Amino acid sequence: MPELKFDKTKCAECKATSCLVKCQYMDFKDKDKAKKEWQKVINGEDSSVLEACTTCYACEEHCPFGNHPFYLIVERQEEKGILPAPRPIITMWINQCEPVGRFMVGKIEEKALSYCFMPQLNALVGGKLFENIAHSSFFGQEFFCNVVYLHYAKMSVIKDRLPKVIENIARLGVKEVICLHDECYGCFTSLAPAYGIEVPFKPIHYYEFLYDRLKELENEIKPLNVKVAYQRNCSARLCPEIDHYVDDIFGLLGVERVKREYDRKNALCCAETIRMAKGPAMADDLQKKNIDDMVKFGAKYCVFNCPACYDSLAEKVVKVGIDPIHMIDLCRLALGEERGQKLRLEGMPALQVAMEDR
Amino acid sequence: MSDVYEALQKIVGKDYVSNQAEERYFYGRDPGLMPPHEPDFVVMPKTTEEVQEIVKLANREKVPIVPKGAGLALTGLVIPQRGGIVLDMKRMDRILEVNEKAGYVVVEAGTTHGVLKSYLQKHYPHLRHSIPDSPPIATIVANAVIHGQGRLTQQRGFNSDMVSGLEVVLPTGELCRIGSCSVSSYWFSKGPPLPDLSGLFLGWFGSTGVITKLGMKLYPCKKIRDVMLFLTDKVDLVPEVIRKLAHTEMVEDIVVTAQPIPLRFKGNFYILLYITGDSEEEIEFKKKMAWDALMEYVESRDGGFVSVTPDMKPPFLAMPSKDTARFADVSKGGGFEYSGPIAPIDKYPLYLKKLEELAAKYKLFYSSAARVIDGGHSMMFSFSYTFNRANPDEMKRAKTALDEAAEFALEEGGVIWKPNINEQQMIMERMDPNTLKLMTSIKHLLDPKGIMNPGNWEAK
Repeated sequence: MPELKFDKTKCAECKATSCLVKCQYMDFKDKDKAKKEWQKVINGEDSSVLEACTTCYACEEHCPFGNHPFYLIVERQEEKGILPAPRPIITMWINQCEPVGRFMVGKIEEKALSYCFMPQLNALVGGKLFENIAHSSFFGQEFFCNVVYLHYAKMSVIKDRLPKVIENIARLGVKEVICLHDECYGCFTSLAPAYGIEVPFKPIHYYEFLYDRLKELENEIKPLNVKVAYQRNCSARLCPEIDHYVDDIFGLLGVERVKREYDRKNALCCAETIRMAKGPAMADDLQKKNIDDMVKFGAKYCVFNCPACYDSLAEKVVKVGIDPIHMIDLCRLALGEERGQKLRLEGMPALQVAMEDR
Repeated sequence: MSDVYEALQKIVGKDYVSNQAEERYFYGRDPGLMPPHEPDFVVMPKTTEEVQEIVKLANREKVPIVPKGAGLALTGLVIPQRGGIVLDMKRMDRILEVNEKAGYVVVEAGTTHGVLKSYLQKHYPHLRHSIPDSPPIATIVANAVIHGQGRLTQQRGFNSDMVSGLEVVLPTGELCRIGSCSVSSYWFSKGPPLPDLSGLFLGWFGSTGVITKLGMKLYPCKKIRDVMLFLTDKVDLVPEVIRKLAHTEMVEDIVVTAQPIPLRFKGNFYILLYITGDSEEEIEFKKKMAWDALMEYVESRDGGFVSVTPDMKPPFLAMPSKDTARFADVSKGGGFEYSGPIAPIDKYPLYLKKLEELAAKYKLFYSSAARVIDGGHSMMFSFSYTFNRANPDEMKRAKTALDEAAEFALEEGGVIWKPNINEQQMIMERMDPNTLKLMTSIKHLLDPKGIMNPGNWEAK
């Protein structure tokens, strides 16, 4: 079983304990207190961190040494049987993502798109951006990156399934995998290496792919000239080096990423995981703060990277007059195309009424 | 018999009566597991007067007569056990009146739930009725006659509790009105303040008369309808969760699902809560009440609310649910049947255990979708098994499992819902003798020649 490469000497030398001090959901402004508490986590002792963690992944980004504090928290939670979410929900996730031999593989070439196990992505892939690659794609539990189990203190499931998933992808003969979600990308560039799991193909974040395609199609771009709020998602914390592509793409699209409070390292998670784990009060509060912040800075669009964030916040941002849109669709709009992901009003009954009342 | 055929032709016209093999074949069976038995005639009346004439003819000739809606009960209740006439009511499909202020609709016996739903959506969008999760061709009358349940059952009781009046052709051919409509032009009550005679017909499966018109209460159709999904993996918690939710009086409908596949269902109980409101504030308030009611399970990690994404909602919110049809084909070959005891909600864990035990014993795929009735006074627990119609052995195993489930359900204090003729005997064997005597007397009084859907509610 793969083991986490965690270097406790790095933590011993660390004076900032940013992993806890910068946490937006736990109060560790006192560095000494943070240091002591973190030491407990390292030692495998009981710690309030293990109970209070909202599994936002942010400490992965905050750690200046790349020492994977969040992965250690997840390991410790599992060792101690601490459930960061209700047990039946964890069971549901473990069961529904179990490989059962029902997957979809297109005409795979050396470069291929990974839909992971997110069917929502299918609505987004289309148009000029993907015209030469849409056929080379794969989808299903067999290719599911399993990163979601970080929310559920189930590193054991990841360690069990991930090597097989990587093997399944490698067997397709693919050399470069364009990951349509940064859970996948972060899985191959952060999680797998942290556990010494070899990745025999080159992962490419879809932001990099979009940027390269937009450069090729630059003459066709009609600048959107709008302000947008960017909703940074939890798994973006596993690959912060990608964030510059958001600015690069927005630059090509003529879009202003508003300098709001809850973006970049200070981004707030979509809060649906928090709702599930800790109830609606905290989640509602976080979502309100996040959306108020978007409104305050005059965003016309809320740009999503993650379909789950979209599902969580789309209905709510519409109610304050902001148009929710996935990054791919924003690019397609700038190319004069229809967006692929329609506002799914059918599944948003409250929104249907809100629209009718208008 | 040729005289009867000719007489029927005279009553309804030759296009609406048949003694041909094709019709007799189809009208001799239902989609469930009860053995078929063909009628001699199938007749489709258009008017109450025609029904009266047909019943008088049957009475005179001592020919059995079986009134039929869509025939979806699955337990063979409209299989003509002793041949005779199947009275297919589908041509009597008019919506006769909607009293908007009093909140009721009067329909003919062949009117379907699907048609009424569409009609109300178009003409009275602020009103709704309790739609069962049977296919939309299910008729309102037949559903009431079997004490069906629907989307308003958690708050309002059985669909038959929502009946507000009846017009019945008695087995001797007389026409009779039941409820307020018997003394007034309004159909607002099936009984009170009068003696409630609706019990002479509801639940009798057409063995005491032919219902030709029915009044059904309508309820507010709120602007917003939403769904929440609560999961627990502890079967013993299910009754407790239901009680707490019912106590809030905020939840319109509660359905508990258990099945081993697709894998996301495995090991958990899915409790669907339906919330309605006229504003977002109302919805949010009701959702908060549900959260507050169950927060202790979230904290103990024994249960939790799953985020229901926009993609997940349409199938959950569909009325009727299409899940039953999907489930019916799990074994391929499109067969399923369930035994649905009505029982106190405390019986849920026991019944669930039996459902799984029988599935394992008879190598069947199972599911249970249990609906809470009337604020938690009881629930309908379904022992559902699928089978391939091309596989006689699997059908036999399913039938045996269902028979054992029914026996068990009765032993454990439940009462079988829409029982087949064998299950009716099981019930009557356990029934208080004086109650059975009363039922028998009533049946004999109303149907002295025993022509109405014979075989049903017949004490041996």
